[in-house]
Amino acid sequence: MTNSSVDYRLIDSTLRDGSHAISHQYDEDNVIAIVRGLSAAGVQVIEIAHGDGLGGSSFNYGFSKVDEKELIARACQEAGDSTIACLLLPGVGLADDLKDVKELGVGMARIATHCTEADISEQHIQMAKKLDMEAIGFLMMAHMNSPEGLVEQALLMQSYGADAIYIADSAGAMTTEDVQRRVSALVKALDIPLGVHAHNNLAMAVSNSIAAYEEGAANLDGTSAGLGAGAGNCPTEILAAVSNKYGIETGVDALKLMDVAEEVVRPIMPRQQVIDRAGLILGYAGVYGSFLLHAQKAAERYDVPQAEILMELGRRQVVGGQEDMIIDVALELARKHAEANE
Amino acid sequence: MAQRCAIVGSGNIGTDLMYKMLRSDTLELVALVGIDPESDGLARAKDNGIEAPHSGPQWVLDNAADIDMVFDATSAYVHMRHYADYASAGITAIDLTPAARGPKVIPPVNLYEHLDAPNINMVTCGGQATTPMVYAIRRVIESLPYAEMVSTVASRSAGPGTRQNIDEFTKTTSTALREIGGATKSKAIIILNPAEPPILMRNTVFAGLPEGSDHEAVLDSVHEMVDEVARYVPGYRLKNPPVVETGPFFTPGGEVPHRAVVLLEVEGAGDYLPTYAGNLDIMTAAAMRVGEAIATAKSKVPA
Repeated sequence: MTNSSVDYRLIDSTLRDGSHAISHQYDEDNVIAIVRGLSAAGVQVIEIAHGDGLGGSSFNYGFSKVDEKELIARACQEAGDSTIACLLLPGVGLADDLKDVKELGVGMARIATHCTEADISEQHIQMAKKLDMEAIGFLMMAHMNSPEGLVEQALLMQSYGADAIYIADSAGAMTTEDVQRRVSALVKALDIPLGVHAHNNLAMAVSNSIAAYEEGAANLDGTSAGLGAGAGNCPTEILAAVSNKYGIETGVDALKLMDVAEEVVRPIMPRQQVIDRAGLILGYAGVYGSFLLHAQKAAERYDVPQAEILMELGRRQVVGGQEDMIIDVALELARKHAEANE
Repeated sequence: MAQRCAIVGSGNIGTDLMYKMLRSDTLELVALVGIDPESDGLARAKDNGIEAPHSGPQWVLDNAADIDMVFDATSAYVHMRHYADYASAGITAIDLTPAARGPKVIPPVNLYEHLDAPNINMVTCGGQATTPMVYAIRRVIESLPYAEMVSTVASRSAGPGTRQNIDEFTKTTSTALREIGGATKSKAIIILNPAEPPILMRNTVFAGLPEGSDHEAVLDSVHEMVDEVARYVPGYRLKNPPVVETGPFFTPGGEVPHRAVVLLEVEGAGDYLPTYAGNLDIMTAAAMRVGEAIATAKSKVPA
């Protein structure tokens, strides 16, 4: 539950959303080091799972190097005072998965749906509550729905028993005004706390998170060193540092978080989390961040430009989870290029 | 002689099935049975001169003497309550819900294995779309350690039944990929996409190909099977030619050097629902295929 001495609760998702950026190759040593570091810095909630949530290990999203449930068990052992959370996408993972992770010691379940499809989360939110877990309804790709539309969806999740609601800027596509309008409408309409999960494709992640706090958000997400899908997430250590500057009490030690980012996470990053062309296009075209590395692979495999793949995915209004469409688009572009060269 | 049929459930699936059955030579539609006298489906049945009672499954049992087959387009819950009564009344049940009381049937794979079963389950729309592909790949390679399917359907074509029980969809579909498709391990994923105008139903099949698999044979077998399904689901087609990609891939069934990727699209026939609802069309088309095969088999058996 939210600690009343802090202004917002910080949830770190390095071990879940960060998993996209390392193609789901976390091992036990990584998990131990990251959980110990975050817990020692006072992070209240640490999320861990395959990047696409429980059960995400697949051809479509990439296979986990180590079974996520082994890693989750390890995280629970190292958690100290922190709560361990898992994410689950209905349609990918099962309500039964929640039973397994509850046994391992997981205390929070975030149930994620596309921002217009909240009604597929009912059985999973209810399962989390039945297991006595904190249940958070997590609306992804929130830039694709209006403030009013999000309120409608969030109220559904609240009616299923959710303890809090999150909106996720999964494509890093929102401006500060986009965030403010959505957060203020939701905070007014809901009886339960709101959270915001930001990505950095437009270099707005930290400022949008602070803006969300000012509009009444009570939970904010980050990942260490910004490790995550697309151009990366809101970096936990920067969010903590900026919060200190504003005099916003987070309950976490910003300097210790900087140590985790520098000494634990950066050494395992295959690439630094920068906003390069592909990352910027994700935010610009409003495409789900975790498509980035899959699109890079398909671009190499079929010899078509990655940027063209991403723009076409944006045009098709694909949603999170439709990674198979990357191959579809790459094959079509390859055919078009071949025809043009004839 | 035509088999006398009743459809229970006057929602999207039941009504779409009615239009298909009205065109059949071997299945004679006796009634479309609902529970809501105001439903659009029942009104349409009456317009077509079909009896349209609103007393639910009990109507079928009360008229059992005049009914050979019932097509259940209600919900798993309703089917579970009545399947035993249909069987003891001597009515063959084709179950379009995920209740899974009888053997699962995917027409181009195991249609003729269960024609005399009292209850036949039609799996799921995604199962109907992808199990034939998994089977087509499996039949030309030594073993299929792992297969996976991803279904994306337009939000507007996913009804409350699917939405409240999304885990049933993935579990039932995944089981079909193993039990009927022949994969050792499997996974099923479903995504709802709210894009406007609505997208056509999309299905992707991934299959892990062990060392030494004949890739040409895999691709040929996929093409053949697409033609076979398209015979009873005209809108079933490849969106792109199937491809074999190089890994290695570390699947739950073990490491494989290659994977086959089959990208499918299903356009509905537009009988009742708009053409984007290929997910509903493939269910009703497969159920018709089963019903007609049973009718043909019965007509060959001397009474």
